[in-house]
Amino acid sequence: MDHVGLRSDVPPSSIVVAPRAFGVAAVTALVLTVPFLTTEYWVNAIIVPFLILSLAGLGLNLLTGYAGQLSLGSGAFMMVGAYATFALQLRVPALPLPFAFILAGLVAGVVGLFFGLPSRRIKGFYLIVSTLAAQFFFEWLFLKFPWFYNGNSSATIALARGLSVFGLNAENPPGRYWLTLGTVAILTLLSWNLIRSQTGRNWMAVRDMDAAAAVIGVPTRSAKLQAFFVSSFILGIAGALWAFAYLGSASVQSFGLSRSYQILFIIIIGGLGTICGAFLGAAFVSLLPLALDWSFQHLFAGQVDEGLRQNIQKAIFGVLIIGFLIKEPEGLARLLALPNLRRSSRRTLFPSVRR
Amino acid sequence: MSLFLETLIGGVLAGTLYALVAIGFVLIYKASGVFNYAQGSILLFGALAFVSLKDAGVPVAGALAITVGLLIVTAIAIERLLLRPLTNRSPLTLFMATLGLSYVAEGVAQGFMGSQVRALDLGIEDLPMFLGDIMISQFDLIAAGVAALLVIALSLLFNRTRIGIQLRGVANDTLAALSLGIDINRIWQIVWAVAGLVGLVSGLLWGARQGVQFSLSLVVLKALPVLIIGGFTSIAGAIVGGVVVGAGESLAETYIGPFLGGGITPWFAYALALVFLFIRPAGLLGERQIERV
Repeated sequence: MDHVGLRSDVPPSSIVVAPRAFGVAAVTALVLTVPFLTTEYWVNAIIVPFLILSLAGLGLNLLTGYAGQLSLGSGAFMMVGAYATFALQLRVPALPLPFAFILAGLVAGVVGLFFGLPSRRIKGFYLIVSTLAAQFFFEWLFLKFPWFYNGNSSATIALARGLSVFGLNAENPPGRYWLTLGTVAILTLLSWNLIRSQTGRNWMAVRDMDAAAAVIGVPTRSAKLQAFFVSSFILGIAGALWAFAYLGSASVQSFGLSRSYQILFIIIIGGLGTICGAFLGAAFVSLLPLALDWSFQHLFAGQVDEGLRQNIQKAIFGVLIIGFLIKEPEGLARLLALPNLRRSSRRTLFPSVRR
Repeated sequence: MSLFLETLIGGVLAGTLYALVAIGFVLIYKASGVFNYAQGSILLFGALAFVSLKDAGVPVAGALAITVGLLIVTAIAIERLLLRPLTNRSPLTLFMATLGLSYVAEGVAQGFMGSQVRALDLGIEDLPMFLGDIMISQFDLIAAGVAALLVIALSLLFNRTRIGIQLRGVANDTLAALSLGIDINRIWQIVWAVAGLVGLVSGLLWGARQGVQFSLSLVVLKALPVLIIGGFTSIAGAIVGGVVVGAGESLAETYIGPFLGGGITPWFAYALALVFLFIRPAGLLGERQIERV
């Protein structure tokens, strides 16, 4: 059973449950009091983007970590979500924001489904061509046709009526926080249930060995497409949040190729094929630049210019990616779970495509 | 008609540069099964090192020798620090590792040598030449000639030398090559170094055209559709793919572009590659992959 790799082979034990319940309670308490404990700057500039990146990481992790389909088009699907939300809010003013989010997510999901169609015939890194095609196509599309950004001169999108959820104003920092947190919590819960359902089991079977999965009757092709749809749905909503709850006004550049890389890095560092990995990875990716800023300021006292600092940060990210892939392919999630998992063996991701 | 021919020839010549970048991928993919996303960054690294040395007053031959040396050291370091620890891991893991490598290479290259645009003068003047009433860029013609020479040199290396035969052995069947006593780690080092040198040549040609700068590393994104169309495993395929993409892009921009508002080159190659993925997933000249369970 060791290498089947489902998490359920960890024996449930009452010794583990008690601290876990305590942990959940502590995290819940912390999460609910965050806007009162920290400054506006922290909520606006660090916690909200962290939550949104976690959501995006979660979306990509369903596709890449659970269903084994690599994607470099996360930025494109986020972009579709953001622009769809904008169009809906602009042209269907009667639609409340949460429904606009859901519809925009569905639009992104359908787009993801379309660009996932090649997964029926090809696998592995060939798929990055399809997802990169999405990335470049939508960057071009949303910049080329003024209809998408309502023809304003800066080619950016912003919600004219601000963020409001059923009449409640969500424009101030706590409001943005609650809106983001609520969305992230609901979608995380849904994903958590989804991956333990038949659908999620199918995805993991496809990831682990799709030929074998097909032999035992898993509908591999539709499983892949489902993964593309659900993943893009979540990424679309994350994109809408990124544009309107974090940035306020967004453009095509907000969802460029480097965003796609960033989200892939989040799940590699956090842990492929784990829910909490997306959160850990996003926390890491959000906090590392801050830590580097701080240490540069204190170590070199402003001697290092901005460009050099960015390049050093880039190189450090690269080294970390390689380091994680070599030393801990399951990312931070495994490092944190190590005491509980000591007896279960290491999972192998993507064994089906091993040469 | 002359507009069509001009567009076509210009596209084909630009395509040889795509092909040159794609060849670097094919070499590495054949020998080590790695899809090297960092090829573009290594290309940038080589070109930047050369320009920096040249700007610092090092004579061209010296700068070239030092850059080549740097690329060989880089190849050895990559083999030691990345390929060896990741031996036998899935291709997707290796791909993601090269994505990390591209970040390292770009960060180091730009951190040490700056991120401003550097002009590079190779002494080739970009004069337009006229063939009847068809205009051809002389620079493109010379670049295509260099690409052709490089391909001939590579095929001699692969077919006539001991190392080349070992390389083909490893590419053909890694396990069999190992059992015959071929030092696979050394082969990997050589292949990555050769790919780095091919990258340097294409980096210098691209750099002479548009300046040596960060966007140079993005040619990797152009090479990807080239590889899909030509096939991942064939150098001839990389050339055919490059020409198809180059010609297709410039024809599409001229004839389809106006209907879509122009600027379709960034994604046209990808759309073309998607069509190929549906019809011929192995590419025009690639080997059909047979999956064993």
